[in-house]
Amino acid sequence: MSKFVNFLKSLKFKNLWVHAILIFVSVLSIFPFIWLLSTSLKGSSENIFAYPPTIIPKEFTWANYVGVWHRVDLMKYFINSMIVAGGTVLLNLILSSLAGYPLARMEFKGKKITFFAILATIMIPFQAIMLPVYLITLKLHLVDSVNDTLGYIGLIMPFAVSAFGIFLMRQAFLAIPREMEEAAIVDGCNVFQVFWKVLLPMVKPSLAVLAIFTFIGSWGEFLWPSIVLTKESMYTLPVGVNNLQGMFSSNWRYIAAGSIISTIPIIIFFLAMQKYFISGENEGAVKG
Amino acid sequence: MFKYYGKTAPYLFLLPAAIVLIIFFFIPFFQTIVLSFQDYSSSIYHPGFAGLQNYLEILKNPIFYKVMINTIIYLVVAVPILAIIPLFLAILINQKIKGITLYKILIYLPVIVSIVVAAIAFKWLYAEQGILNYILNVLHLNSIGWLTDPKYAIYSVIIVTIWKGIGYYMMIYLAALMSVPKELYEACDIDGAGFFTKHLTVTVPHIMPTIALVTTISSISAMKIFAEIYVMTKGGPLNSTKTIVYYIYEKAFENLDLGYASAMAVILLIVVMIFSFINIFCFERGKYQL
Repeated sequence: MSKFVNFLKSLKFKNLWVHAILIFVSVLSIFPFIWLLSTSLKGSSENIFAYPPTIIPKEFTWANYVGVWHRVDLMKYFINSMIVAGGTVLLNLILSSLAGYPLARMEFKGKKITFFAILATIMIPFQAIMLPVYLITLKLHLVDSVNDTLGYIGLIMPFAVSAFGIFLMRQAFLAIPREMEEAAIVDGCNVFQVFWKVLLPMVKPSLAVLAIFTFIGSWGEFLWPSIVLTKESMYTLPVGVNNLQGMFSSNWRYIAAGSIISTIPIIIFFLAMQKYFISGENEGAVKG
Repeated sequence: MFKYYGKTAPYLFLLPAAIVLIIFFFIPFFQTIVLSFQDYSSSIYHPGFAGLQNYLEILKNPIFYKVMINTIIYLVVAVPILAIIPLFLAILINQKIKGITLYKILIYLPVIVSIVVAAIAFKWLYAEQGILNYILNVLHLNSIGWLTDPKYAIYSVIIVTIWKGIGYYMMIYLAALMSVPKELYEACDIDGAGFFTKHLTVTVPHIMPTIALVTTISSISAMKIFAEIYVMTKGGPLNSTKTIVYYIYEKAFENLDLGYASAMAVILLIVVMIFSFINIFCFERGKYQL
């Protein structure tokens, strides 16, 4: 208790209201999860609609977690999400850096048009073109009704490269001094070796930023998988979690437990990579 | 510098990205426009040419007007809140006080978590006998149907969008605040200006471009809302939460009326492209080094 008083004394009085507001907003930010967590830990004899509501479960239990884990293949959803997010990240890193390099460093016919065509894709919202994207994906047989591998490819391909990534990599290449390439050329490297051995290692920080934000975007993607997926065994986590609602219609203990389980991986990822998100340097990289 | 690459090298580097962008962006873009002039309402396999018929039908459709009104409510309510509150929070967090990292992490958490989980969490808060109605009762107010009453449902969904966006826009503002010269604040302190005077006269004018950027980004996102609706209300009750993207989804993938869905998609495209254009050429020139 005295520690707490000392803490209060250590705060300057004028900062007190700043802390009050920030604590209030922080609590609002996590309260929906806290309440979900609380519900997920309540036993079947405890009324989850009790008035007044209790945050700390009276009859604490893991039973809902065990139950939902046995009835829903959350592990499979997790693996599907990992495959899709992993594939999307890998392709974005490769395609964006490949495309960013000539835009930053080379002169060629049609450079301006290419540049503005890529820029134009930023203005085209996926939601407006999703129907033809679906029709094309069907035509290419990239759907889970053909086989699982093609299903994964179909989930990945529409997001395999983004204008954001290409411009990020272009900017990274622009920042490298030209002497680096000249030295490599003198040493007898060809253009692909220059790219692979000299330039790519120098843009690692940008690759990391691109990887992290692509991963977050892909991990949370809901619209596209819910359009293309037909088999439950192919569900990614967001689709699978949404499906919990249908499976356990009013069993909120299970729905809550399943939702909490599905959130753990991304929270761990966020805490591990937090400097990329809250340092203020990569603002606006996640899609809003 | 001497030219060390052959004529074809730039194209080889661009090729993989170009293939993806052509197949999954440019072709669908033009196909959306083509589809919008076709009639799929009688048969999905043998579409006829519809001319402007889809567009004319949209203009006669009362649900479409409802959808437009919902979108406007979304813009009018969510966008100003998302422009102001995150700015206020960013100013508070941009000080040398204890616990900043923890505050940032907690406020940013909703941005990271899947929108599906967020929507489920809120659905649970909004339950008929849920905790929010309990709070209303404690305040001697009647329970409301947060997601079941057509009067309130759209606002309940908007709350989720705002809740999930605050941390995101706060970080954008925080980055912008770093560029405000410290001397200006010192001058204010000497003049004895209070918190609000100081920030209204120094901060706000200085980061006006960022405020405009946040406004356009959040407007664009508001027009693309889908998951919140799909998870929480499916557009109901009485279409009161139906958004344009949800309606396109419904028409395209449930009613299989591809022409009609595409005509609405074209309308969405035009509006979003106007906003994005302003965004890129006015506020984000630096990001793309135009």
